Amino acid sequence: MKILCAVKRVEDPDQKIKVKPDGSGIVLEGMNYKPNPYDEIAVEEALRLKEKQGGGEIVVVSVGDDSFVTEMRHALAMGADRGILVKVSSPTDSDGAARLLAKVVEKEQPDLVIVGRQAVDDDQAQTGQLLAEYLGWGQATFAAKVESLESAEEKSKTPGLQIEGGKVKVIREVDGGLEFVDVELPAVVTTELRLNLPRYASLPGIMKAKRKTIEELDAASLGVDITPKVKVRSLSSPPARKGGIKVPDVATLIDKLKNEAKVI
Amino acid sequence: MSNVLVLAEQLEGKLKKSSLHALNAGKQLAERSGGKVIALILGKGIGDAAAELAAHGPSEVWSADDAKVEHALAETWSKAVEKAAKDAGATYVVAASTSQGKDILPRVAARLDAGMASDVLGFGGSGADVTFKRPMWAGSVIAEVEISTPVKLLTIRPTEFPAAEKAASAAPVQAFALPELGTPKTHFVEFRQVKSARPELTEARVVVSGGRGTKGDFKPIEALADELGAAIGASRAVVDAGWVPNDYQVGQTGKTVAPDLYIALGISGAIQHVAGMKGSKVIVAVNKDADAPIFQIADYGLVGDLFQIAPELEAALKAAK
Repeated sequence: MKILCAVKRVEDPDQKIKVKPDGSGIVLEGMNYKPNPYDEIAVEEALRLKEKQGGGEIVVVSVGDDSFVTEMRHALAMGADRGILVKVSSPTDSDGAARLLAKVVEKEQPDLVIVGRQAVDDDQAQTGQLLAEYLGWGQATFAAKVESLESAEEKSKTPGLQIEGGKVKVIREVDGGLEFVDVELPAVVTTELRLNLPRYASLPGIMKAKRKTIEELDAASLGVDITPKVKVRSLSSPPARKGGIKVPDVATLIDKLKNEAKVI
Repeated sequence: MSNVLVLAEQLEGKLKKSSLHALNAGKQLAERSGGKVIALILGKGIGDAAAELAAHGPSEVWSADDAKVEHALAETWSKAVEKAAKDAGATYVVAASTSQGKDILPRVAARLDAGMASDVLGFGGSGADVTFKRPMWAGSVIAEVEISTPVKLLTIRPTEFPAAEKAASAAPVQAFALPELGTPKTHFVEFRQVKSARPELTEARVVVSGGRGTKGDFKPIEALADELGAAIGASRAVVDAGWVPNDYQVGQTGKTVAPDLYIALGISGAIQHVAGMKGSKVIVAVNKDADAPIFQIADYGLVGDLFQIAPELEAALKAAK
């Protein structure tokens, strides 16, 4: 089975993001970058499926510039087999990324595409669904599993997705509960946080990753229009919420809630 | 024509409240573009939901009550919404940023070759030049974006738009003729609903949330929530540990809530969590650690052990009745 995963390079979500005074962008000095956490979950799930089936190939794809190679190497160090970097001169929007990924999918013909439900920089959460539509495939967004991330199943690295009879069985985390769907292969799956805990790259994994190939493709050669449909005009900081006061005891708290805030 | 199509949502024939918030956002856009608002509802056995929708002030309701759209599959629903958008002459297609809205709308955008903004908080620009305010980097940044395509799609964050109010008279409900939907490759198997006697998290007036500090024991949280008639929330750590169901999670990657009163017990206040609850009117924090970041945003902070304070609070509320 061949699985394709998309990996995006994003600002480290544990770092504080500050807006430039003129609102033209974010402050990039001292910024660390990481693979998008949801994409790491996608790669982990692909690895588990491959391990369970005892074979297959995992291809990671990025749409970006040369700097994205670092995050691609991380995915290769986790265990993915090879990479394809679609080089763009400026960042695309979700639609541009999806159109380019669709071209790569047409070339590679994977059985399954697993991508993060959203990238934690622009938080649009659209690429997987757009890709599925461009390919005319079925989709299952927000894939999770019933067992918790501290369960024995998770510790034994059991995949949350199940491949059975030409279909992928997916448990979707949706408002108000869990939805179970079967999607005929090939299919697009997007990952929720509670699908798995991604592994760390091992030292031998990191050494091996250095010898794995990353093919470069020029976005222009793929013949799709990636003119952004959504453009950022300006950025600003959200209004800060002011801290209040500390109260000494429950009685004071009740009094404040009743007489000052008037919410009880 | 620059009309607005609002995709409403129902569960088991009952209209979701988030749809009324989406309807309100749609009305705001229609006022600026000079068009009308058409609300679309799909499903099976949805007569009551369509009537409820019609009572809240759209110009028209289009309803497809059909077994073919019983389950909200993005593959087939996107075709229906695409047709409705074309039939309606819609410039804007709006849905709430629920899991259903997020799942379906991007496929509609692809079919319409249109740009889409997710999780919109409000509108900017002037007149018909509408810009969309939306969160990026987990809500650390608010972006003002423009969509350059003639048709524009958006999901709106329900807590940022008030619900549409009941209108003096109900809008007409018309049958919407579905297009050819084809044979979907996605097959619905089952929906396991989390049943609860408590109000729904995103709609509750009061939310009581527990974090790591509960060490997995949610009894004090539950007791306090029941005393207040509140919904129960949780931080991501608690949900990841499997201590409570997934849909309790409040935060950037969980639910966004904006109740009148939010009580955080044993929650440190990671940015991720705060992003999902900072719109609350009043925030109360109880934490053993006096330096916990949650105190920086709480209106009222109480340093102490939640296992002692929650029952005390519950008893005091009971006594005050």
